[in-house]
Amino acid sequence: MNTPSALDQIQTQIMWNRLISVVEEQAQTLMRTAFSTSVREAGDLSAGVFDLAGRMLAQAVTGTPGHVNAMAASVKFFLDACPPTEMAEGDVYVTNDPWQGTGHLHDFTVLTPVFRAGRLVAFFAATSHVVDIGGIGFGPDARQVYEEGLRVPIMPLARRGEMNQALLQIVRANVREPVQVEGDLYSLAACNDAGIRRLGAMMDEFALDDIQALADHVIGQSKEAMLAEIAKLPAGTYQNAMRIDGYDRDIDLVARLTVGADGIDVDFTGTSPVSSHGINVPLTYTQAYASFGVRCVVGSTVPNNAGSLAPVRVTAPEGCILNAPPPCAVAARHAIGQMLPDVVLGCLEQALGGGVPAEGASTLWNPMLLGGHGVAGDGDHGDAPSFAMNLFHTGGTGARPAKDGLSATAFPSGVRSTPVEINETIAPIVVRRKEYVTDSGGPGRFRGGAGQVMEITHADGASFAISSMFDRIKHPARGRAGGGPGRRGRIHLASGAEMRAKGRQPIPAGDAVVMEMPGGGGVGDPRTREPARVAEDVRNGLVSRQAARRDYGVVLAEDGSVDEAATQKARGATGSDKRSS
Amino acid sequence: MTSLANAARLAVDIGGTFTDIALEDANRRLTRKVLTTVAAPEEGVLAGIRQTLEDAQVRPGDVALIIHGTTLATNAVIERKGAKTALITTDGFRDSVEMAYENRFEQYDINVDRPAPLVPRALRWPVRERIGAGGDVLVPLDEDTVAALLPRIAQDGVESLAIGLLHAYANPEHEHRAAGILKAAVPGLPITLSSEVCPEIREYERLSTTCANAYVQPLMARYLTRLEASLREMGFRCPFYLITSGGGLTTFELAVRFPIRLVESGPAGGAILAARIATEAELARVLSFDMGGTTAKICLIDGAEPQTTRTFEVARVYRFLKGSGLPVRIPAIEMVEIGAGGGSIARVDSMQRVTVGPESAGAEPGPACYGRGGADPTVTDADVTLGRISREGFAGGAVALQPEAAADAIEAAICAPLDLERDLAAFAVGEMVDENMANAARVHAIEWGKTLSDRTLIAFGGAAPLHATRLAEKLGIDRVIVPTGAGVGSAIGFLRAPIAYEVVRSRYLRLSAYDADVVNGVFAEMQAEAEAVVTAAVPAGKLTEKRVAYMRYLGQGHEIPVPMPDQPLAETDGERLSRAFADAYTRLYGRTIPDLDIEVLSWTLELSAPAAAAPAMAPVSESAQAAQPIGRRAVFDASLASRVEAIVYRRGDLAPGASLAGPALIVEPQTTTVVSAAFDAVVDDLGYIRLTRRAAGKE
Repeated sequence: MNTPSALDQIQTQIMWNRLISVVEEQAQTLMRTAFSTSVREAGDLSAGVFDLAGRMLAQAVTGTPGHVNAMAASVKFFLDACPPTEMAEGDVYVTNDPWQGTGHLHDFTVLTPVFRAGRLVAFFAATSHVVDIGGIGFGPDARQVYEEGLRVPIMPLARRGEMNQALLQIVRANVREPVQVEGDLYSLAACNDAGIRRLGAMMDEFALDDIQALADHVIGQSKEAMLAEIAKLPAGTYQNAMRIDGYDRDIDLVARLTVGADGIDVDFTGTSPVSSHGINVPLTYTQAYASFGVRCVVGSTVPNNAGSLAPVRVTAPEGCILNAPPPCAVAARHAIGQMLPDVVLGCLEQALGGGVPAEGASTLWNPMLLGGHGVAGDGDHGDAPSFAMNLFHTGGTGARPAKDGLSATAFPSGVRSTPVEINETIAPIVVRRKEYVTDSGGPGRFRGGAGQVMEITHADGASFAISSMFDRIKHPARGRAGGGPGRRGRIHLASGAEMRAKGRQPIPAGDAVVMEMPGGGGVGDPRTREPARVAEDVRNGLVSRQAARRDYGVVLAEDGSVDEAATQKARGATGSDKRSS
Repeated sequence: MTSLANAARLAVDIGGTFTDIALEDANRRLTRKVLTTVAAPEEGVLAGIRQTLEDAQVRPGDVALIIHGTTLATNAVIERKGAKTALITTDGFRDSVEMAYENRFEQYDINVDRPAPLVPRALRWPVRERIGAGGDVLVPLDEDTVAALLPRIAQDGVESLAIGLLHAYANPEHEHRAAGILKAAVPGLPITLSSEVCPEIREYERLSTTCANAYVQPLMARYLTRLEASLREMGFRCPFYLITSGGGLTTFELAVRFPIRLVESGPAGGAILAARIATEAELARVLSFDMGGTTAKICLIDGAEPQTTRTFEVARVYRFLKGSGLPVRIPAIEMVEIGAGGGSIARVDSMQRVTVGPESAGAEPGPACYGRGGADPTVTDADVTLGRISREGFAGGAVALQPEAAADAIEAAICAPLDLERDLAAFAVGEMVDENMANAARVHAIEWGKTLSDRTLIAFGGAAPLHATRLAEKLGIDRVIVPTGAGVGSAIGFLRAPIAYEVVRSRYLRLSAYDADVVNGVFAEMQAEAEAVVTAAVPAGKLTEKRVAYMRYLGQGHEIPVPMPDQPLAETDGERLSRAFADAYTRLYGRTIPDLDIEVLSWTLELSAPAAAAPAMAPVSESAQAAQPIGRRAVFDASLASRVEAIVYRRGDLAPGASLAGPALIVEPQTTTVVSAAFDAVVDDLGYIRLTRRAAGKE
């Protein structure tokens, strides 16, 4: 018979589905109305719904893991700063504080309380990356957060429906694109409103006065599912370290991952101290990328909410670059943060006995290009127009456990690049080439994804500047299980001079900047790769004949086919195993 | 029976399993389904046509028009069975067609792969040249680099060529010269130019479209030529048109040149049918809902015009996710497609949630109730278990339903893990699939700045009438129409399509630097091109012209279509354009941004001839007597969440004017219409079932 509890069970499931749909609609609204390129094109945003305790119930699946639990943590800061008892209908709260939001001043988080019949029932929050926040501009060159732009502590963006005009005036006066930044703040408030309307409709349909029972169900089920996934891993502590380039000195990222009965703990004790440049990472952002590293192989189908996030706990000692306190500069925190999944996956490889991807380019190659007065120093820039453009590109991903890596594809970030034809139309640049780099994917039974090279010049031959935030130029992406490293990245002038991985640098008039983005690491002994696949890589120009022989022990005949006898000999000679795939 | 004389028109829709044929004249319609003959599809088409003509006692010479739609091009892309194609592209950019947007469309799956381009890297050949964003020549075409490719065409066995150079939409000169050299050297080799098939900014989509056209061109040309010849041989003398993904008709010649425009034309037919019903019934806002065996497709139709788009993906192989297919930029009817059909499989996930689809049991083994070895419970199994589908009236009797097998599958996969009794388990499956469709419709509506609850739902496809009233309840929709012939809706829709052709050009313009000559020049060019195509098919007559500009605020990433006046613009019209943009932007997003410049990226112009009129048909009814129930059955009602006694009617028994109240079932050979407890039904003059939610029943 139709017991109420069985029916409730079904209805609860439907409401959970609906909540996920509601936050997708919220995110969709934000994406369609935002100004910042990184929000619209790259999906650098997040949107979610929270219960009265500030626990996240659903989050839209968007392009950036950087917000995964950073935004969730941010809501708790909001509730501490603005007691819910003092909130009124029509209130909207805002911050871009890196330590109370999502890690740098460019991200604004907006929280809107939801009232029903005069009673507070939930919160919606959304985060997006604005096009400018004043200060030195988007890049790693600031020494302290004060140089990086305007910092807005948690405060009302609107009270009882009235916008905080004083705040908006201050914002407009401090940023380079006042109309767009103000527009983005309105977008954030509007997307929360869209979420509120849809949640209201759902509560009408199911005759709900509050959502606490639903919240308990969602969080309970998700936590249980996550713990069940974690229980499949052997308990123990696994360590891994990865060295990366940093700004002006190497950085060691050191992790200890402990699998226990009540979850996974990741601790970054041993990691290098903070930098004196803007690549430092506030803890919430560290937590976001480290937990994404876990979540993409453990419990990846469990949706993000307070229940599924809780069993993965991430800590780092204050003062290390992964828990940088104020007033450290943090604008380019993604350059370090995006490396964390590789570090965490290195721990999980031991727990899982394989089954994780190799290291990849990981950090995006997303330079700011700047033109016009003063940006390239005192050089002759004539009457070249001003422009500022943030490009989103990337090298190769690490090989997967049983698949090649992805060439020129972002991981862990989920951003989208913009077409060359669009970029050349809206800014005075010419991209001379943009293609894969031969032999850049790390050799392996499964090859790392290829990196790409881009060469960019000014359309009118004027000087311009690049603000770099790149890595893996000194330290390549390493392979796993016998796979080789990916090719290192490189940045230089077309005329020859090497450039720095990080910081703003001029490109002289008539010259061009060449960005060679790193390849991903390989997985497994390259000499066990199916020779026909090596031949195919050579035919496609992804692997050279020389590398086929040197790295893979595959000898090709004149016509490009595999010379079986010579290959067998070459592979035998090295004494490596002869398993064919 | 008398001959239809010259008024008969014939439509043929080739689908994956069935080929549907519809024949219409001034006062009747005949339809037929035959099996698709995959190896040589024209055989099934010809057999079906022969049978239909026989049934109707019509001679080929008396048919006035043949309209054809086919999934062949789509299938060739999905199954990768097209021609061996090479791409000639700008030196330094041969990977653009593979790099796409450098992203993964599914964040949490490390094993996700982007769709491989149709042309592998070894067949992507660079030539030295470069056009700038303004159409200026930065590097002249080095013709030697083109000539150097000639030996490779034979060497690599290339059957079709795509030429796609950077910024060729702004200046096609280099593409034309390269094509000239190749044509002279290798006569007869099919060549597709990006500046012809898709003269639009954004290299990944343009090149992907160009490659796709080249890839399917030889196969489609062969097929269409064979079919055309056979039809002539049979004695047909009438024009032969193809339906496009945009829902318009195009000529045989143009279809052979740009077969990519035929992709996904079947679903377009369904949307056209819904649009025509909107006109007949004077419905301003419609949601068309087409649910078949594996997917459901939903389309917004305003003012009897389906929502259109220029971004479209073929072969979304990963859970129908955006980004998992190959983009083609062609005029297309915008639909959201999700993995929700009668064959979609239900499971219980690790969070004890019932999930449905996108995996489908397909036609083989099919749902458990087909008794062909399928063990997974499907949506159809849930419908059978809930009493919505009877043993008799299903798929025209082609399948002998086994309700016990459906119940067993649900018991094992859903009841056991959740400790639910059978009815509730089946209810959970039905609710979940209806909820998925409702959510997809809601997100789709938000994307296009539209509302849903003020619409009429038009349901067709085998599974849609079973789920339409529940979907309407979830979306707050009060009116549902189930047309006649719903099972062959696409083919009937073809008969309502106008001869139409859309042309696109990318020409960049900031409104702050508005120049009427630029705009007028672009439209004049497009007008001439479209007119040449359309007037080749219909004698010059009254053509409808639709001009659209794709505009955005300076620096935004996404353009919106803005209707333009269909007349030359004056120097003073800049203000008018920004107002038109502001109106369109407000409709979508509810606000404008003051003081920001506006840019135009692309322009389109569509010319269409009036569509043929529908027959003034007598209702399809076997008897004109009052509706007699054929039985009663306990059916599970979703909104009441319990079994209710439903009265069962045979659709053929219902004469115009017949009315009935839910809960009821109306059965017909291809499907069953569920009239939920909240709805009343009446049969209109055309034989359509019109369902109306009772007042105050709004949730």
